[in-house]
Amino acid sequence: MKLRFSLATREALWAFAFLAIPLAFFLFIRIYPAFQALWLSLFEWNADPAKRHYVGLEHYSRMLADPTLGKALRNTVLYTVLGVPFQLILGLAVALLLQSVTRLRDLFRAIYFTPYITPAVAVAWVFSWMLSPNFGIVNEILGWVGIPAQKFLLSPSQALVTVTAIVIWQNLGFQVVLFLAGLESIPRTYYEAARIDGASPWAVFRYITLPLLNPVTVFSAVIGTIGFLQLFTQVVNLNFTDQGGPVGSTLTLALYIYQLAFARFQLGYAAAVTVLLFAIILVITLVQLRILSRRVEY
Amino acid sequence: MKKFIGLVLVALGLALAQQTSITYWQYDFKSKVDLITDLIKQFEAQNPNIKVVQQTFPYDAYQQKVASALAAGQGPDLVNLYYGWIPTWVKAGYLQPIPEEAIPSKTIEAEFIPMTQAAKVGGKYYGIPTAVRTLALFYNKDLFKAAGIATPPRTWEEFYTDGQKLTLKQGGRYTQIGYGISPDGQDHNVFREILVRQAGGRPYSDDDKKVLYNSPEGIKAFRQYTDWVKKYDIGVPNFFPGNNGYRDGFIAGKIGMIIDGSFAIGSIKSGAKFNWGVAEIPIDRLGARKANFGSFWLHGLSPLATGAKRDAAIKFLQFITSADTEKLWLEKVGELPARRALLRDPKLSLDPVYGPFIISLSYAKATPFVDEAAQRTVMVNAINRVLLENADPAASLQQAAAEDQKILDQFWK
Repeated sequence: MKLRFSLATREALWAFAFLAIPLAFFLFIRIYPAFQALWLSLFEWNADPAKRHYVGLEHYSRMLADPTLGKALRNTVLYTVLGVPFQLILGLAVALLLQSVTRLRDLFRAIYFTPYITPAVAVAWVFSWMLSPNFGIVNEILGWVGIPAQKFLLSPSQALVTVTAIVIWQNLGFQVVLFLAGLESIPRTYYEAARIDGASPWAVFRYITLPLLNPVTVFSAVIGTIGFLQLFTQVVNLNFTDQGGPVGSTLTLALYIYQLAFARFQLGYAAAVTVLLFAIILVITLVQLRILSRRVEY
Repeated sequence: MKKFIGLVLVALGLALAQQTSITYWQYDFKSKVDLITDLIKQFEAQNPNIKVVQQTFPYDAYQQKVASALAAGQGPDLVNLYYGWIPTWVKAGYLQPIPEEAIPSKTIEAEFIPMTQAAKVGGKYYGIPTAVRTLALFYNKDLFKAAGIATPPRTWEEFYTDGQKLTLKQGGRYTQIGYGISPDGQDHNVFREILVRQAGGRPYSDDDKKVLYNSPEGIKAFRQYTDWVKKYDIGVPNFFPGNNGYRDGFIAGKIGMIIDGSFAIGSIKSGAKFNWGVAEIPIDRLGARKANFGSFWLHGLSPLATGAKRDAAIKFLQFITSADTEKLWLEKVGELPARRALLRDPKLSLDPVYGPFIISLSYAKATPFVDEAAQRTVMVNAINRVLLENADPAASLQQAAAEDQKILDQFWK
């Protein structure tokens, strides 16, 4: 007997067949190791399988009494709280300006996008020279207007804000492109109707642009938050010989995990901190999706 | 026909069984990689049944590679590592002791300089070095001459006066500094092993289990160090940005003096476009106590080396730590030999560049780290709290001692 499927079923089967490969990849390369980290976090790890021993929740209780972890956690939250809103606001502002520019728009777009595709390591090196208290151009300029040289990356109180600014500078182009695409997708007719009704530019922005951009804003907020929560490369390279310094002021959770696992070989504890980071990202993302994504009626 | 193929297969199998292949890992450093490549050729010619495969990785990714490979049961049989990493690696199961019957501890102690004992954990050696390093003062002779200074400083007092003469400012910004201060470079070692000992203290107890640098002598030494910036103003941290900024600044001719290891000789020789010299580290007053920080990279056996592989790895280890290799190593890589006999050569201690390092070897000590990465951060933070946040030196050092003690307790528990 020959099996007969309707056209719709056959299409669905094909779709699943194609999806199977990425799904398998996702399961074995992403999900399985994630659960393995959970498993690993319950062990004192050792290269010799005979010496691995189960420690239960010991690593989790160690977290409670680890001031470095506390600092990394506090910094990570600060990066996110500072970074995400500024990145969104600046991204939107630049996108709106670019949209109103008619000449050379592609050139400007390319200029804004360049930092995003520049390797983070190169960015870090150039910035650490530009911000140097003794040789940097930034302090040179500050000097012209009578502001004393600032330490920026070398000051425990300024370093975190400075790193955040550099990361935003680097991500801005991507953010702008997202918002530009969002802006393009808003039907012109709404704007025309609003203009006929005599709506102020602020009202147009508040009641048309912003609500209709919501899907892009939600996406950007979620992706931006995850990016800042996982911040690593810039922090490592901006202070290469004292990573996370000065005095731990730029240390992030991701960097702390890396140091625990690959400089101190405490794989079990590092896995436990990874589980913590995973839980934080999961909770924040779910909350964000809940709060930010309202359906917008056209 | 079938029989014939069978015979060929058996013969091939026998040939393969007789040849043992071992893997050696080190980080990328051109002169070292080239020399090991040459040495492998020699070694394989002498031992036709052993094949050595060298694999190298960038320095920054090196520990990560070792951790991920060995944790998965793959990687090197013989592995190059910094001595300060040994306890952490041993605890994670990445090293096995050198078998006493193959290379007795007594032989190691008789033939290698005392510093090598830092490779011992729980009474067993976990590796043997080819070369060792100490610290010394590099100084820019041209800048010294321009500032009217005739000789390198012998005491700290001279060091301060010279440093001040060499420090130039324009407005609030430094254009040249006397000393390339670098808490995260070699200076945390300078404090622990040089200044604390010169002041009559000890950084750690003899059993390596207690922090002692928060003694009155230690606090005095810590104040002395932070005063280089706070009181005497002979330098500023991160004057040149980047990895090894203090060394780059010296090579660029903007820094009068730096304290650096013998491993820096190569890059300074090839980079510096001025006359420079090397001197022993200054002391409190003439005739006062000397101290130095010694360190080394060594070759250790991984748990993967078992049976014939272990024998082959030990044979190769003996070959690359032999007197002949060490002579070549000094010549090609520029690192000091670890064997006592070679250091007695008077030509070496009279050498204007190597001399101060060689002389320091007789009193240099290697800090008994248990978790080098973490202990280093503790000390760098202690210094930076004073230099960058104006913390009280004594309070900052006490905090470091408490944090460091916690790391020690965690390790020894």
